[in-house]
Amino acid sequence: MKKYFDNIIKVIKAFLIEVGEISYFAKRFFKEFLFPPYEFKEILKQCYYIGNRSLFLVGVTGFIIGLVFTLQSRPTLQEFGAVSWMASMVSVSIIREIGPIITALICAGRIGSGIGAELGSMKVTEQIDAMEVSGTNPFNYLVITRILATTLMLPLLVIFGDVLAIYGSYLVENVKDNVSFALYFNQVFHILEFSDIIPATIKTFFFGFAIGLIGCYKGYYCEKGTSGVGKAANAAVVYTSMLLFVIDFIAVFVTNIFYHM
Amino acid sequence: METTATKHPIIIIKDLYKSFGKNTVLNGFNLILNEGENVVVMGKSGSGKSVMAKCVIGLETPDSGTISVMNEEINTLKQEVIDELRTEIGFLFQGSALYDSMSVRENLEFPLRRHTKKFGTIKDTTPLVLEALESVGLASAINLMPNELSGGMKRRIALARTLILKPKIILYDEPTTGLDPITAKEIIVLMKSIQEKYNTSSIIITHDVDCAKAIANRMILLIDGINYIEGTYKNLKKSIDPKVQAFFK
Repeated sequence: MKKYFDNIIKVIKAFLIEVGEISYFAKRFFKEFLFPPYEFKEILKQCYYIGNRSLFLVGVTGFIIGLVFTLQSRPTLQEFGAVSWMASMVSVSIIREIGPIITALICAGRIGSGIGAELGSMKVTEQIDAMEVSGTNPFNYLVITRILATTLMLPLLVIFGDVLAIYGSYLVENVKDNVSFALYFNQVFHILEFSDIIPATIKTFFFGFAIGLIGCYKGYYCEKGTSGVGKAANAAVVYTSMLLFVIDFIAVFVTNIFYHM
Repeated sequence: METTATKHPIIIIKDLYKSFGKNTVLNGFNLILNEGENVVVMGKSGSGKSVMAKCVIGLETPDSGTISVMNEEINTLKQEVIDELRTEIGFLFQGSALYDSMSVRENLEFPLRRHTKKFGTIKDTTPLVLEALESVGLASAINLMPNELSGGMKRRIALARTLILKPKIILYDEPTTGLDPITAKEIIVLMKSIQEKYNTSSIIITHDVDCAKAIANRMILLIDGINYIEGTYKNLKKSIDPKVQAFFK
């Protein structure tokens, strides 16, 4: 029994140490990103890679989610004679919650693991050490650029995914009930308010930051050896996914407080 | 190798201790490198040679002991001062450590970007890049990517990247390991020519006896974390100590 409790304490301790180290890493990011030298060229390059690499996946996933969500919801709405509410229901669900969290989870898998593996292999092959011994700051060049790029690109990817999801939903409605484009999107814009769009967009910046932060942290402090790279990429996805749900919960909680003020 | 060294110490390591958990790697290591001198540090794998070199460049922090590089005690310096000092110390990594995502040109340009104090603002880096590449005989590789280079070429490019900052000291970590004998000999010749051309002082970490013979002014055998024996190649080779002889068999 004592051994069991000792193990639990060990796990909690390791978790708290990890949280502390990630917080310290985040603190270093905020401390260093405000001051020169600024790596504008590298930030743009990372924005391009991160955005471009995920565009197709986010687009296809968003489109299919829109299709499936509408197809699955139709029978239930039909039972209540509420099919005409489809556009409203789908758009609010997609914009407020499904779009941001699904896109962020996809990007955690695609971008977070990519950053973890890339920096991890650079660490293992001593490329990060080589940058350091040449007197340049690898944190500035590798970490700050990637975190900024994910923070800036994720909201754009979410918007792209949301648009395609709603378009997918429209296609189902068009095929099933011959709903016109104008009617469908009129309903969408009628129901959506700024209070739906703004908080949902703000939280995507935090999602992007989390993806970049954890990916970079895991890669930058990767264990030695090729297995370390694999572990770094894997841990980047697992940790980021968990953190995304925590951020999402906090965002919804805070948003609800403002709604009821 | 004939010595051109003067008796001006450029690196002084005193009583260096370093452990990783319960594993003590350096156990009171001492070294003095004089200007223009090539000191070879030999030891078995895992004996702490690379750790010692990483302590000198500030990549590892020793548990105790002092390291003085060009009269600056490395452990007490601020990061900005260390970064400036690092322009005077080149480090050739065992695996070359070229940046995968950059071309050879970009690999060489990268170290120049921060050192405006030493070089001023450089508008056109091409002459500096070409000069460094010509020193290692690979000017034609300027636009290649690292994955297009052989092991020997990678080592040469890494050396060129080290030279571009015009360092006074070069630390070589296993410069010939993993290379075929012919390429290894070429690298040794290159190291000698660089020392003559740039008048650098070097610490060469190796367990390649041929490399040590060709380049060492002085040798240190690192056994159990301390300087087990020190002297010229000839003196060490004559030693009847079995631990020393084991390296020359």
